[in-house]
Amino acid sequence: MNNCAIEVHNLTTTYGGAPVLWDIDFELPAGQIIGIIGPNGSGKTTLLKTIMGLLEPSSGYVKIFDQDLEKMRERIAYVPQRESVDWDFPATVEDVVMMGRYRKANLFRRSNRTDLAVVAESIEKVGLTPFKKRQIAQLSGGQQQRVFIARALAQKADVYLMDEPFVGVDAATENAILSLLEEMKAQGKTVLIIHHDLQTVSDYFDYLVLLNTRLIAKGTPQEVLTKENLSNAYGGQLTLLAKVANLIKENEFPIREKDMDL
Amino acid sequence: MQTFIDFISFKDPNVLYVVLGMFFINGSSAMIGTFAFLRKRALIGDAIAHALLPGICLGFMFSGDKNILYLFLGAFATGWISTYLVDYIVNQSKIKQDAAIGIVLSVFFALGIVLLTYIQNAGYSNHGGLNLFLFGQAAAIGKSELWIFAVIFITILLLIILFYKGFTTVAFNADFAKAIGLPVKTIEFLLTSLTVLSIASGIQALGVVLMSALIVTPAAAARFWTNKLPKMLGIAVLFSVFSGFIGAFVSYSESGTPTGPWVVMILSLITLLSFIFSTKRGILARYLQARNNKLKIRHENILKAIYQYHERIGRQVRLDQKLSATDILGIRIFDTSELQKGLRRLIRNDYIRKTEDRYQLTEIGAKESKRIVRLHRLWEQYLLKRTTIDTYHVHSGAEAIEHILSPEIEAELKRELGIEGIPEEDF
Repeated sequence: MNNCAIEVHNLTTTYGGAPVLWDIDFELPAGQIIGIIGPNGSGKTTLLKTIMGLLEPSSGYVKIFDQDLEKMRERIAYVPQRESVDWDFPATVEDVVMMGRYRKANLFRRSNRTDLAVVAESIEKVGLTPFKKRQIAQLSGGQQQRVFIARALAQKADVYLMDEPFVGVDAATENAILSLLEEMKAQGKTVLIIHHDLQTVSDYFDYLVLLNTRLIAKGTPQEVLTKENLSNAYGGQLTLLAKVANLIKENEFPIREKDMDL
Repeated sequence: MQTFIDFISFKDPNVLYVVLGMFFINGSSAMIGTFAFLRKRALIGDAIAHALLPGICLGFMFSGDKNILYLFLGAFATGWISTYLVDYIVNQSKIKQDAAIGIVLSVFFALGIVLLTYIQNAGYSNHGGLNLFLFGQAAAIGKSELWIFAVIFITILLLIILFYKGFTTVAFNADFAKAIGLPVKTIEFLLTSLTVLSIASGIQALGVVLMSALIVTPAAAARFWTNKLPKMLGIAVLFSVFSGFIGAFVSYSESGTPTGPWVVMILSLITLLSFIFSTKRGILARYLQARNNKLKIRHENILKAIYQYHERIGRQVRLDQKLSATDILGIRIFDTSELQKGLRRLIRNDYIRKTEDRYQLTEIGAKESKRIVRLHRLWEQYLLKRTTIDTYHVHSGAEAIEHILSPEIEAELKRELGIEGIPEEDF
């Protein structure tokens, strides 16, 4: 693919021995809003975490703009699930968004004027300027989600990975995120979003990855959202796959013979 | 009293060592404990503290002497191994962290007691004082220990300042810290090492059994008072150092009593007081808030009843009638003593004036009563317009809400209902 933002090559990630992602292969186009869909427990978050290098794959690799992740870290921003942190942490909106400016290289440096300006701009973009001094526990769920997105914006990255940003948010937040996505697309950014609501999928995304442990389909929404693909992913036709995965786990069986077809 | 004066005037140079020692020990553990607390790893401190005992014994057996450096190195090693073991058990099995801590803590402590007994029976000379490590004896702090504690305190302080960004990011969201390429492994290693160091510096004075309180409790108490991390660190240090002083003093004046229990008692008292009195999160503040709300509702209900009385006789525009308490009770049922209390308060606040046994609204009282009725009716209108609600329930639904609607919400309600321009008296 020309202009490929993320390449996932023959990726397998296991959790406690059982494969959660199994032989996944795809290339994602740059400059598009891309949705990752699939039923609960289909490995969506695992995929995002493996791309981000938070989980070690048991085989395969990920490349970002044809480079190793470590070289590209500063060009990717990550928005974890809102529930993954304790919002009672003693920090304000500004403090959290400032974390988006932290780098290995500036770990020991004080935040400078550029950092402050970028933070203010990112908070403004998600409409939280009136709340910037507020402790993060005193925000609504939607506002907390916007804090996470502002933190990612402050990273000034080219690729954004978001884990379920639309879950449990109010209409105002949903609209704010959607118009941000439009803006990011216009700037040529690539956005990868885990999404669970099939109703809105074709409105939100240019490109889709349909997942259920294995890759079921990829392509434009028209190509992916066929009856056959959806029933493959959601219809319980893959019980055999789950059974094999369980066998592997219970017998501590290797998921592939060593060094095969890499 | 004389003991206290002796104590604070450092008449005995040992007292100065003790006070400085408590400052360094409690300051270090409160600072690094705040991060352990925020990382939800506060209990690990308990495992570490108990695991130091076998290390101290091994250090003693190795050097054959109570050389503080050997004891310290032994303690540091076993302390570190214990946290590593807890993490290893959690990662490699289905055992959860609480159970893993329980297992590791008791194994190491048991080993420590076994070694301690062995030392006492094996004819080591000069083993006396090792059992002080169980409950701690601040008076045992001497000049050589003081140097070590000071170095540890300064190391922890400097590293927290230097790694402040890294420590906070890892404590808040370790996955994100990893995602932006921060050296999370190094940062976690530092946090653990500093925790072990601070606990190791405290066991001589506080004892292995109670040292973990110095990691958890100051942070827990400080959290009640602030939402800002730098302030939280400062308050935690303040509480802990203060408890250290008092504990050392009591231990000093009641010569021979262990220091650890006293420090922990005082620290816990501070935490309890924080729980009750803290301005935002304490139960007292919440109780007062609830009480204020109740009073506000009572006063507003009285004013509303007076308004409704006027409405019944068709004089709601002027609101100038003089009512008896019975008149008010004819509109709305109040508990008589509560009504009397409420009326007295309203008189004091100039909402109502009393002439003989009759009550009359003042100008601001009249205004206030109109405002409450207005809010009640606006909310009723809003519910009817925007939701499906049984008309019988509209009134009761508005009854409580009218007391909480702010002027901003009132303006928004008017805008939504499109009744901006209508004179207030018409609805």
